[in-house]
Amino acid sequence: MTKRSSAPRKHSPGAIAAMLLVCAPLLTAASESPPAPAISPPAAAAPPDDGQWTMPAKNYASTRYSELAEINEGNVKNLQVAFTFSTGVNKGQEAAPLVVGSTMYIVSPFPNIVYALDLSKPGAPMKWKYEPNPEPAAQGVACCDVVNRGAAFADGRIFFNTLDGHTIALDANTGQPVWNAHVGNINIGETITMAPLVVKGKVLVGNSGGEMGVRGWVKALDAGDGHVVWTAYNTGPDKEVLIGPDFKPHYDMDKGKDLGVTTWPPEAWKIGGGNMWGWISYDPDLNLIFHGTGNPGPWNPDLRPGDNKWTSGIFARDPDTGAAKWFYQWTPHDLHDYDGINEQILLDMNWQGKPRKVLVRPERNGYLYVLDRTTGEVLSAKPYGPVNSSKGVDLKTGRLIENPDKLTGTGKVVRDICPTASGLKDWQPSAFSPNTGLLYIPHNNLCMDEEGVEVNYIAGTPYVGMNVRMIAGPGGNRGAFTAWDIAAEKPAWSLKENFPVWSGAVVTAGDVVFYGTMEGWFKAVSAKTGDLLWQFKTSSGIIGQPITYRGPDGHQYVAILSGVGGWAGAIVSGDLDPRDATAALGFVNAMKDLKNATTAGGTLYVFRLP
Amino acid sequence: MRCAVAVLFPVVLMLVACQREERDTRPQSALGSGEQPTPVTTLEPGGQRPSPTDNKAASFEANAFHLSEGKRLFGWFNCSGCHANGGGGMGPALMDEKWIYGSSMESIHATIRDGRPNGMPSFRDKIPDDQIWELAAFVRSLSGNAPSSAAPSRNDDMMAHPSENRMPNAATLGKSP
Ligand code: HEC
Repeated sequence: MTKRSSAPRKHSPGAIAAMLLVCAPLLTAASESPPAPAISPPAAAAPPDDGQWTMPAKNYASTRYSELAEINEGNVKNLQVAFTFSTGVNKGQEAAPLVVGSTMYIVSPFPNIVYALDLSKPGAPMKWKYEPNPEPAAQGVACCDVVNRGAAFADGRIFFNTLDGHTIALDANTGQPVWNAHVGNINIGETITMAPLVVKGKVLVGNSGGEMGVRGWVKALDAGDGHVVWTAYNTGPDKEVLIGPDFKPHYDMDKGKDLGVTTWPPEAWKIGGGNMWGWISYDPDLNLIFHGTGNPGPWNPDLRPGDNKWTSGIFARDPDTGAAKWFYQWTPHDLHDYDGINEQILLDMNWQGKPRKVLVRPERNGYLYVLDRTTGEVLSAKPYGPVNSSKGVDLKTGRLIENPDKLTGTGKVVRDICPTASGLKDWQPSAFSPNTGLLYIPHNNLCMDEEGVEVNYIAGTPYVGMNVRMIAGPGGNRGAFTAWDIAAEKPAWSLKENFPVWSGAVVTAGDVVFYGTMEGWFKAVSAKTGDLLWQFKTSSGIIGQPITYRGPDGHQYVAILSGVGGWAGAIVSGDLDPRDATAALGFVNAMKDLKNATTAGGTLYVFRLP
Repeated sequence: MRCAVAVLFPVVLMLVACQREERDTRPQSALGSGEQPTPVTTLEPGGQRPSPTDNKAASFEANAFHLSEGKRLFGWFNCSGCHANGGGGMGPALMDEKWIYGSSMESIHATIRDGRPNGMPSFRDKIPDDQIWELAAFVRSLSGNAPSSAAPSRNDDMMAHPSENRMPNAATLGKSP
């Protein structure tokens, strides 16, 4: 790859001289730096690695790729535990630790304690901890365990959300609160579980509550004092969705006035979900943020005829004003709880010979989408696992082609729908390596039976209207870890896992990919082949986000929180009864044996080479 | 204006001071208050006193009509949204042998009416009292604590678990007699 030229044969000296002249700049360029990879994140969204980890997705492009290469395919088998730390909370640990300078920050699940650990001292002693004391009642309105997906660092501050709807800024050095903004209301079922993203002095936050009839929104809070700069709702009139003259959706299905009202029965948009509890990416060159929108409520689709804009889709917005630039709906009139809030990886690549700025999204409905992120046009949508709820995506209209055999509704049981409500992939974020051009996707392999039932809206209580019962998907393995070749639109390799892979992934320049399993194994596999290189059994199932960083001693470390829970692990963290097939919105039926494989926990593990 | 404030201030101070000094020399018995008659613990210094029973409990508990109404209301008031069909989800499982706040009709009635701190909403003023008793009786049937002659015998919806009249008593489940 690095050799660009071979010596020309049989040429006149003049021709050779001329060629050398032409080739000279090329030759020097080639010897100084390796060729630019065919697919890479935009430089502005993925600056050179400084060895820190300041936001859960690593960078604004959300690659979860580290340039550190001390740990590589050859020596990863020697990894050892450097230190551990108990979060003191035995609930699902979905957060990514952060590393800034010589300090590590972690947020626990409810009660959302923030710990700062001093990495410069042996054993990483606690520097400070901050207890926000959230309202205990919030635990009752959190749909799927009381998780938190992490904090974000910017300008000397740690920003994080609490389950009871507060966004808090702490002084990163002292742990003293700088401001505390109350943005969510548990009495209407609103909670916050997502990790904020800080863009241009604004803290971007979204609400959870898609199972409680909560209207979804994204807010930008001023990083200085926490005041709300803008609020964009994901249902309702254009004015409140921040749709104005700049809004140019690519497809006709997303064009029209006040679609957030007219694609619903009267008033239904007010309790229609579309929450934003997942990931946000940011392209500084285009000055756009990208965020998904959650499922419409209630799950029973008979109660909300119409496309239910702007749920189960993706918005591009101006971070300064919140103004929408484009929207695309992955799953119009969702029938199966296909939230659209997964991560979006921003990449630049040649698509059919033309350079394109793309956005890659492994979506809950089972398709791996490649979008043009300047317009929202779908370039590719290929299933990355078993899908029978739909028959593909019409690239002309952009519309998902529903399978008429799998339409859900009141009073009928529809069997064997794949993927499940939890999707082929849920929130668990994937990682992209420019070295291999592969996207590493942790995901599920599950199918379900569904029965729509009547449901009353009572504020602050669930608004679902669906009985669900999940089972293992084809092959019997309930999870998989798939490396997807973005350019070739097909998998490079895929590993089967017994339980859903509910952890995130990280990939490094050492060509090692890390992820965890719900039994508690923390695994390192080869980024090229998927071969298992190393594994370590932690104390509880893993559903967290691995990170890697350069410690104060100059060496590379890998960190992961262990502690089973989340929707998939609620049977253990919430001690649910496996005799009820519909427990935890049907997930328990597929996880009956998890209680025999692991117990609840909450421990940070950090690894390094000897 | 200043003068009025100057006069008012000591008066207010006196009123507050009065309240501070107020004492109830014969406090109401914790059990006899009527609002929360049910202890949430079995730890009672000096030995357990008999818990008060409500005569409604007995009349609702073994009654097939009330139990089947309770089953309907369990879906109707979105109990099932948080507790599923007894296996739990956002709220704890109700079909197992573990009780945080007690398994008696009176305790469950209090749980539904007044709520519990870690996320059980208070349905006071939302559900009429008799229907709360019906719900309490049905909740007990989920763990096999209702006579099988009276517990609901069919599921109208997708099978989640055997109907309540066939539920084994959770307290003895898996234990040899
Ligand atoms: C919004 C979610 C939610 C709804 C709706 C809800 N519950 Fe609960 N429930 C909970 C939570 C959470 C707890 C645990 C509270 C605690 O530990 O403090 C609980 C506790 C209980 C308990 C006590 C269990 C024990 O072990 O002592 C009972 C009984 C109960 N709920 C019955 C009901 C009934 C009946 C309804 C419908 C009228 C209902 N719940 C509606 C969330 C809910």
